[in-house]
Parts: sequence; C-alpha cells; structure tokens
Amino acid sequence: MELSLRLDQTLVDRARSAAESIADDVWRHIEAHTTDSVERTALRLLGVVGVNEIDVPLVNVVVEQGRDSLASGIIAPFVAVMMDSGMSAQQVAEGIATGTLTLAPVAAERREGVESHAAEIAAGGVARIDAARRRREELVATLSDPVKPWLYVIVATGNIHEDVAQAKAAARAGADVVAVIRTTAQSLLDYVPYGLTTEGFGGTYATQENFRYMRDGLDEVGEELGRYIRLCNYASGLCMPEIAAMGSLERLDMMLNDSMYGIIFRNINMERTFVDQYLARMLNARAGIIINTGEDNYLTTADAFEKGYTVVSSDFINEEFAERAGLEQWQMGLGHAFEIDPSIPDQVVYQIADALLVRQLFPEASPKYMPPTKYMPGDIFMGHIVDAMFNFVGVFTGQETQLLGMLTEALHTPLLQDRYLSVKNAKYVFESCRSLRDEVEIRPGGIIERRANELLGKAAEQLEHVRDVGLFRALEMGEFADVSRDPGGGRGFDGVVKRAEDYFNPFYAALREGRMSGPPVGPTPAERAASRQGGR
Amino acid sequence: MEVKPYGDTRDDGVMQLSFTLPIPNSPKATDVGKQYLEKMGFHDVAVAEVRAIDPGFTFYVAYARTDVSIDPDQVKGDYLDVEEMDYYAINTFIRDDVGHKLVVVGAAIESDAHTVGIDAILNMKGFAGNYGLERYPEIDAYNLGSQIPCEQLLKTALEKQADAILVSQIVTQKNIHVQNLTKLIELLEAEGVRERFIIVVGGPRINNAFAKELGYDAGFGPRTTPVQVASFLAQEAARRQNP
Repeated sequence: MELSLRLDQTLVDRARSAAESIADDVWRHIEAHTTDSVERTALRLLGVVGVNEIDVPLVNVVVEQGRDSLASGIIAPFVAVMMDSGMSAQQVAEGIATGTLTLAPVAAERREGVESHAAEIAAGGVARIDAARRRREELVATLSDPVKPWLYVIVATGNIHEDVAQAKAAARAGADVVAVIRTTAQSLLDYVPYGLTTEGFGGTYATQENFRYMRDGLDEVGEELGRYIRLCNYASGLCMPEIAAMGSLERLDMMLNDSMYGIIFRNINMERTFVDQYLARMLNARAGIIINTGEDNYLTTADAFEKGYTVVSSDFINEEFAERAGLEQWQMGLGHAFEIDPSIPDQVVYQIADALLVRQLFPEASPKYMPPTKYMPGDIFMGHIVDAMFNFVGVFTGQETQLLGMLTEALHTPLLQDRYLSVKNAKYVFESCRSLRDEVEIRPGGIIERRANELLGKAAEQLEHVRDVGLFRALEMGEFADVSRDPGGGRGFDGVVKRAEDYFNPFYAALREGRMSGPPVGPTPAERAASRQGGR
Repeated sequence: MEVKPYGDTRDDGVMQLSFTLPIPNSPKATDVGKQYLEKMGFHDVAVAEVRAIDPGFTFYVAYARTDVSIDPDQVKGDYLDVEEMDYYAINTFIRDDVGHKLVVVGAAIESDAHTVGIDAILNMKGFAGNYGLERYPEIDAYNLGSQIPCEQLLKTALEKQADAILVSQIVTQKNIHVQNLTKLIELLEAEGVRERFIIVVGGPRINNAFAKELGYDAGFGPRTTPVQVASFLAQEAARRQNP
C-alpha cells in the first residue's frame, strides 16, 4: 500500500495541458534563435578548450570573431577552416586567437560538404559524452547504488582542494551526492573560467578542470566505501549549456538546470535563458545526468504557505521543457521545499501535503526536496530539530533526493562538523521511519488531502492564466516568486541572435541520435555501506 | 557586578562547547581535547562525546567551568539608540514630524545574490509577523533586489530623490562584504552626495559600531525586524529635518 492522496484528476489534466501549451508557445521562440553560449557550447563539443594570453576562453574568442555571421551558426565557417587547413578544432581555435586564421562565410556550393563533415566530428563529440555515461553505469554496477532518499550535501570552500577533502569526509559520513556550490556571481559571467581554482566567494568556480579533479576524488572515496558517490554542479546562468557540456564530458551526475531560475533570480534575459536551457537539457539528457530544478527558491521570496502552488505550477512547466529536450522522467529532479513558517500550527502537516502532492503528481520523476532556510534561527539546537522534521517529511513522503539542512544554515557555509551532524540527523530519521509510509493511510478529506487539492487547483488556475497571457508576459507580471522581469531586459540579451535560414548546428541532431536510455542500475549497497557507519 | 556563565547554580561558570580537532580519534584523543580546553583556562572539563568524523578529524562535545567573569556595566560601545515604535506610531510620526513621505531605496549590492535580508525588511509581507516597509502608507519603498552595482543603486536613489538607502550584505567570504560596503560609501563621497541620504546596512555580520566605522549611519544585525529599521529611519529623518 503506497501512501497516496485522492487528487482531483481533472485538475491534474488541466494543469498538464496548460503547461504543454505554455511550452509550445515558448518553443517557437527557442527554435528561431541561437545564443553566444549555444555557439560556444558547440565549439567546446568539437574539442576546443583553454584560454588566450589574457585568460579569455578560446571559445569566446572564436564566437567574437564570427559575430557578424552568428545567425548562420559558428560551426560551418569553423569547420570549413578545419577542412582547408587540415588542423584540429583546437589548433584552428588557437590560430584564430593568434590571428593567423580567420573565419569567413561558407559559400553556398561548399555548404553541403562542410555540413556533412561537421556532422561527423559532432558525432565524435557526442561519443565522448556517451563514454562518460557508460563509465557511470559500469561504476554503479560494480560498486552499488545508495538507497533513497539520497543524502545530498554541499561543499563551498572556494578552494577546490579543500572542497575535495570536505567532499570525501561527507561521503564517509554517509552523503550520497556532493554539490560544489559555485562562487557568488559566476552565473553572471559570460564565459567559463579555466583551470583549477583556489579562490572564490561563497563557493568555487565551475571549471572543467575543477569538475575533473572533484570527480576523481569522489571516485576514489566511492571505491573505498563501496558506494557510487554522485557529483552535482550548476548548469545555470549565462553559460548554462557550456557548463552542461563540461559536466557531460566529466561525468557529473546531477546538474541544477532550471528553465526559469536565471530569469527570476539572476535577472538573466528570458529569451536567452529559454534558448540556452534547451541545449543544456539536451546535453544532460544524453549524458544521463539528473537535472534539479529550482522551485524551492520561489519560497524564499514569496510565502510558502500562500504561494506553495507556484512550486507545483513551475514543476509542471519544468517537466514540459525537460520532456521536449529528451530528458526521461527519472532524470527530472523537480524541486520543492520545506519552507512554511514553523510558527504556523500544523506546519508539518501542511508540509506533508505539499511534499506528497509533488511526489504523486510526478511519480516516475526524481523530486529533490530542499531544506528550511528562510526561518532557520541562529539557535542551532532549534534549527537541528526543524531539520529533523524536514527529514521526517522527506522519508515519509518518499522523496528521491534530500538536500540536507544544516543547523548553521543562518550563519555560515557549513563547517566539517556541521555537515557531519546533518548527515547523522538524516540517517537517524530515515532509518527510524523507513517503513512508516507503508503503514499508514492519509485520511480521506482531512487537512492533508484538502490542502493538496487546494494547491493543485490553484496551480491549474495559475497555469491556465500563464497560458492565456503567455509565459514571457507572466514573468513580466511577477507570476513566480513575486519577482517581475522585463522580456527585453536583463543580462545576456545582446547574446541572443535570430537564426538565419541557413542556420547550422550539428549537435541538435547528433544529441538525439542513438542515445542510451534508463538509469544506471547497481546492486543494493553492501551492509557496511548501507548502514553508512561513519567514524568509529 | 561581575557575572559568569550560569549552568544550574549562580557563578558555577559552566559552558557548553563543541569543536573539531584535525587529529585521528585514537585512545588519547579524549585527553587531547580535555587538555586543550584546560589550556584555554577551563577546568572540571567533562568530555561528553569524542567521535571520528573523518579519518583525520575528531569531533568533541564537552562541558567545562570557567573562572573568567565580566562586568556588564564596563561594556561600552556604539549602540543604536532608538526608541522602537509600532507600525501605526511610525506612520503618524512620519506624517507629523517629518512632514513628507519617506522614500527608501534598498538592495543587496555587488556580488551578493541573496535577497532574503532586504526582502525581510522591505517586502509587503515582512518578517516575523512584522509588515515590511512597502506596507507603510508613509513610506515609498523601492526594492531593487540582489547583485545591484553600487552605481545603479546610487542612480536610482538620486532619481527617486530617496531619503534613505538600505543595503543588505548576507553572504561573505574573505570579507568581500567589507569591500562592497566601502565601495558604496566611497562612491557617494566621490559624487558629493553622502550627506543627502540616511544610509543603513544590515546583515548577519553587521552591527552598529562596525557600520559606523565604515561610514554608515546605522547597522542592523541578524533578527532585525522592519519596525526597528522604520523607527530609526523616521526618527533620523525627523532629526535631520529639525536640527
């Protein structure tokens, strides 16, 4: 007997159908445009890496060079130079950076030959992503896959070497997923920094080298523990698809990758974001990466009790966009959060309603449940208890990934001991309540069922309203998180380009062809690993 | 009068401590933790928990007594001296004693992406059962959000003819918040408009003395409620109005 709510199915159908129309509408925009970041991503997938003498990534240099004909895509002129010079993608990019090579529009009669050659190289790029995915499947199969909810923790030291040390400690304590928080404001950089980095503000730069270094560290500790430890980063901001490409190549397992987060919370232009998220999600789909969406953030600005339905609406929208990019249900880590004010009587009862609703609306997805932040007190003892209630709701409602709350949430980025206490809290609550959800039923017509249906009703109404006005206009009117955004404003708008008739980018096709399917499957964890005994 | 921490008896000096040492948890780890606390001047150290939280790190929970005492009357500082009023009193006070609506512009500046602080003070909804400044009929509040460059904040403040600028700095690492806060004051001074505004900063690492040191008119720490900020703004505006 699964814990379940009696939901009004007509409301579910209305919500889904409205979300579908919303995505269809934005779809026309996505298909008609490209962006700086999309073009740079294509170059990265051809194998272009590194920076010039003033630390500008070569992919940025090349796209700048080709700016005048960006409407046709950077790949055709770039590959034409590769063919003419007989050089590799990297050598051509270096040549363009030093000025020995230049890009020129491709003559119509050459077009077919260049495009078919480009498609071949593109297939090679995609094969590198497939190899990373196969490697994950092998590792999960030989080690083991942790039981759910996965324990997800964050490291945020700013120094990749410290991050690796803390991530290993967290894994040994019992964490299953480690996310490396990015340095503040990386989302606003219109380039991806290069190399191993040791300084950041509130986090660590997402660079391909940092990804690789952390991946090696987690593989090492996973081997030691007999559990596959997942790595998470952030495919968001102005370089969303580039970071997805880097993560796909370096075998990240999860990516924060929301279709609207950057618009709402980072004031990134909406036209830019919608185009970028599509390619980013196609890459994540191909790489077998689970995306996490950022609905929890809505509740840090808007009130969780009154605006809880916006989370549900946005989950439906994110699901639609994810499906269009080829993500399978198990790859959709739809977000929601435990953010109702703890001083509200029956807070936990309402949280159960909200969490169970998301779980039941997206039964095949991998929802990611976010901890309390807004009302976390400086009183760490009280905070630890609020986190325990959050853990209880997570295991009781059957969430897949639990981002662990920290007792020092309101104070500082987690200390080593904070993370240890947090993992211990979650392990205790999860194991002690593991079977509870199989033992009880939700009372028909009670507070929980009423609240869930009310939320669902409001979400359906909101989605129909958004469908009627269009998503761009809805974001302008502050429909989500009480934040309003100008469709022609925000960061990165100058990097949105209307595609020409002859626009060419081989990756949209290559990423769809012959992809693998399904989550990696491993044995259940060995007893030692399952009991997650950290320390002595 | 001197005071000491209170456990369950006056002047017992009992304190609760937890910390991590970068050593493996070996048989002598308990003594290492105990002697470390003794070196700090504690006595009657009772180590309640010693646990390896990673091969090279040991976590301690301990109770211990201290002989150190303090006289609260000897603690002097630059504390914000403001009479806290309620929502209604503040509106009346602004109407009667300031004589015009208070225009307030707020933002989390520069690298800070966190709106939680500025939202708690400005948003209609407010914080801890306390309406935000947007709700006050006598206050025109503009919340610019997060990651706002100082230049843009100043430009908006000038456009709106603001009486007050509210700055939030939540997340910091390597003291970036100090650089951000200093930058704003330097910009205002360079433009010769520092005295035109009441400038207030809030955040978990902020207190009044520190804010004054950086050139702000007041600083608010964690758990500040909107009425505290509004009370200060109203009274400070009135003071400037009728010097």
